[in-house]
Amino acid sequence: MSTINHHIPKSIIAAYAAGNLSRPFSLVVAAHISLCDTCRAELSAHETVGGALLDQTNAAPINDTVKRNILAALDNNMETAVTFSPNKRSGVFPGPIVEALKQRPPKWRSVGRGVKQCIIESSEVGSVRLLHIPAGQAVPDHSHNGLELTLVLQGSFSDSEGRFGVGDVEVGDEALDHTPIANDGPPCICLSATDAPLRFNSFIPRLLQPLFRI
Amino acid sequence: MLTLTHENKTSEQTMVPAIDVLLRGNQKLRAVKPKKVSSFTEQTSWMLAVRDKQDRSAFAALFDFYGPRLKGMLIRQNCRPGQADEIVQDVMLTIWRKAKLFDPERAQVSAWIYQIARNRHIDVIRKESRPMPEELAHQPDSEPDASQVLGMEQEAKHLKEALTRLKPAQREMIEAAYLGELSHRELSEKTGLPLGTIKSRIRLGLDKLRHELKGMRAS
Repeated sequence: MSTINHHIPKSIIAAYAAGNLSRPFSLVVAAHISLCDTCRAELSAHETVGGALLDQTNAAPINDTVKRNILAALDNNMETAVTFSPNKRSGVFPGPIVEALKQRPPKWRSVGRGVKQCIIESSEVGSVRLLHIPAGQAVPDHSHNGLELTLVLQGSFSDSEGRFGVGDVEVGDEALDHTPIANDGPPCICLSATDAPLRFNSFIPRLLQPLFRI
Repeated sequence: MLTLTHENKTSEQTMVPAIDVLLRGNQKLRAVKPKKVSSFTEQTSWMLAVRDKQDRSAFAALFDFYGPRLKGMLIRQNCRPGQADEIVQDVMLTIWRKAKLFDPERAQVSAWIYQIARNRHIDVIRKESRPMPEELAHQPDSEPDASQVLGMEQEAKHLKEALTRLKPAQREMIEAAYLGELSHRELSEKTGLPLGTIKSRIRLGLDKLRHELKGMRAS
């Protein structure tokens, strides 16, 4: 596997650890950490802080019946104590993405110029999708209303910010107006999350935007 | 090279390279009782007893320690007491069921429980599950590398000391970030957290850990 050069910003990992990140971004973070030991260690560091604070937090009294119920429930949980299967990766897709796709292969839909997408989810807090971009093709020219995280799963793309290969994450914000182009090699597949609809700079894609929910 | 001391039934001691145990899960060693390492924290010892022996009294001890703290954290997050009790119950049962995934070489019991509690609370209030990274493959049946576990505990102890030395305002900010109400907070540098020296401390420990992880996964 290629070396990962572009990581998740630390502030975003901190927000993920504390549970303060929306689901679309959390999926990108979880998928990247599945591929990246550096960010996994960063996450552990934040969880260690959370745990230390939990150790030192003020205790609230719990009724004895709660304890009795829990201890009584252990009998029903004995079997699962032996078997537990963590989420597994499938092909280029890390476990969290496989789970978000409900263990099914992505359903690609064409958005023109050979580019395909599969929307994993879209809600008022943001959206997350897979993009499939043939070598040499550009992701339709766009800028952002908010934050965008893009994780490369296969192939690579390049733009004004550099080259992004498997495992790399590009962080886009309002200042970034870029045109990522898929490099030679296998089609570039990425996972892309935004907290706002993307707006396209050219007229036609802008018309199509509501249609494709890009 | 890191070494582990194991004791078999005849009290004969063998020195085994820790990495061999981790990689091969040595069958002979697995049958052997782990050497009692009294210097692990109580919490780690309880959790290992739950993981390896499904020890109910150790589980009850974990409940007595973490149950009220979890409830305290949940109430801080504006959870109603009744709902907090339910979440505490769910978290404790998850600890029991997923005990096999606990790896004291990579996580403190408190950090592991913290993460389970945050997940459960998100499930309950947002009616959605938080995507989780793939679990690293590890062999729960192999003996933990005592020096690695103690190293982690040492780091966590330094971290706790550093937390108690914070100025009240800093402490409040950190508590608000990690124990506070769950929200989709605006992402900016302010979520970058004023960790300062604490961060470099844990970074050191976790950097070491990361390199060992890489070594293990490469072989």
